[in-house]
Amino acid sequence: MSAATSAVDRAGFEPALARRKLSGTIFLGLCLLAIIILLLALVLLLYDVLREGLPWLDVDFLTGVPSRRPAAAGILPALVGSIQITILVGVVAFPIGVAAAVYLQEYARDSFVNRLLRTNISNLAGVPSIIYGIFGLALFVRALGFGYTILSGALTLVLLILPVIILASIEALRAVPDSQREGAYALGASRWQMVRGTILPGAAPGIMTGIILAMARAIGETAPLILVGAVTFVTFLPQPFEGGYTVLPIQVFQWASRPQADFQGIAAATIIVILVLMLLLNALALIVRARLSRNIQW
Amino acid sequence: MTTLPATSRSLVRPQHRRERLIEALLFLAAALGVVTTVGIVLVLLYQTVEFFRLVNLFEFLTGTVWSASIAPFRWGIIPLVTGTLLVAAIALIVAVPLGLLAAIYLAEYSSLRTRNLVKPILETIAGIPTIVLGFFAINWLTPVILKPIFGVGTFNALAGGLVVGLLVTPVIASLSEDAMRAVPRGLREGAFAMGATKWEVVRKVVFPAALSGVMASIILAMSRAIGETMAVVLAVGTNPQLTIDPRESVQTMTSFIVQISLGDTPQTSIQFKSLFAVASVLFVMTFVLNVISNRVVARFRNQYE
Repeated sequence: MSAATSAVDRAGFEPALARRKLSGTIFLGLCLLAIIILLLALVLLLYDVLREGLPWLDVDFLTGVPSRRPAAAGILPALVGSIQITILVGVVAFPIGVAAAVYLQEYARDSFVNRLLRTNISNLAGVPSIIYGIFGLALFVRALGFGYTILSGALTLVLLILPVIILASIEALRAVPDSQREGAYALGASRWQMVRGTILPGAAPGIMTGIILAMARAIGETAPLILVGAVTFVTFLPQPFEGGYTVLPIQVFQWASRPQADFQGIAAATIIVILVLMLLLNALALIVRARLSRNIQW
Repeated sequence: MTTLPATSRSLVRPQHRRERLIEALLFLAAALGVVTTVGIVLVLLYQTVEFFRLVNLFEFLTGTVWSASIAPFRWGIIPLVTGTLLVAAIALIVAVPLGLLAAIYLAEYSSLRTRNLVKPILETIAGIPTIVLGFFAINWLTPVILKPIFGVGTFNALAGGLVVGLLVTPVIASLSEDAMRAVPRGLREGAFAMGATKWEVVRKVVFPAALSGVMASIILAMSRAIGETMAVVLAVGTNPQLTIDPRESVQTMTSFIVQISLGDTPQTSIQFKSLFAVASVLFVMTFVLNVISNRVVARFRNQYE
């Protein structure tokens, strides 16, 4: 009797199994298609930028100043402005970000205030960048009187990327095993001695990677800087603490808004410069990470 | 041995004071975030109140005509909100299927080697400056693809939505993948033991178990899409009209803010104050979405950890 049932079941079961497997294969195909579409979009984007921009990219372009004629235009003021802003952002954001992360991960007890600090940081990470620009305009440009300078722009970007740096640094600190903390305490270290002597060196690769990648992000930021005065037509080299300035992405915005093919070309060439700078910073992050990780073993 | 010699006690005390000082400094750094949040809210609130001395709040929230630069000035924010939501909706129509399929593939199907290859590429997309996506939209996507197929103009919501979709896809892919990876192995093995195929395990066990994480990622992506600026400014134009036709040119809240701050608008003018009112609406919308997303994630974490 059981043999009879199983024969019946099998007759119904096997075609169903084939169908079930087929729908699984179709789904896997869809998944692969999604990945291919994403890759294709990225390739198309890079191809378009390179095709439009490469013919315009030469030494004169890098060392020239903006011009109303695309053929004579260059990006030196924007390049210098971007480099100054990025360095300033790194210098200011580094100590604040690491200090905040050390407090939240190594010092903070699970109190109401500390939970508030944590929640607030993840909420700040989701505030649109242009809102930071509005805040920077009110605080740095007007209230503190820094004016439309590189300094105002950099401080605005610091506020923008601090949550990113803090979250990355917390991850890095969390990855240091507790045995390291206990070992330091066992040797009589105070909390700060433990942090400075053991935890920070152990977390350094992760922290430095996070900061360099945040600087790479700052290079590409555009929207907040429009509000804090990165004006679009600057033919002089910026001074960090006075006068007007511009940065590479604003230059892209200015040129890309014009319909003429030549302006589209120099916009693409400027994008290539931005992408190269970002690649360089990413490479730097890899090198720094490898360097700092050399002496760490646990 | 019973008491410390006087010298070493005097060594201990300053050190104790130093420890307290350091802790206080570290706390200040951590509290800077709260100061920033409070500052943002105060700045937006102050100027927004100024704006509503001149413009009726009810007219602002329910008006369907926005005309900030051409008289007669009209301050109905609805067209800016629908423009923003239209772009965000197109973005999600692209990003949800692409992001979820990519996440399922990476979490459930791919070999370690493929994953190590594909994941960095997804992260690369997330790292592209958004102005570059705006350039791509206006330089290639609109003229080469959308104009011949849909007959769109130079500025249209569709191009903006598509590039913003590409931009937020990694958000959905990455967070959803994390959510699916967090589903305990035992659930999958139980389903396999019952004779389920791989696709049935994914569809009926893993995906439902990860659903709250997936929802959180979609809400976060929506918040990003609403707040996105540079990709949208170049692509969709500056035409605040009430429409749901993606082929039309529209204006988003973010692109209005950029338009006003680019021009020579005096900072005491009503136009400049309207910037803050629009920014307040934008801030509230994204903030609410972020809080919901964080809540959902937090609840989801408790489920399996």
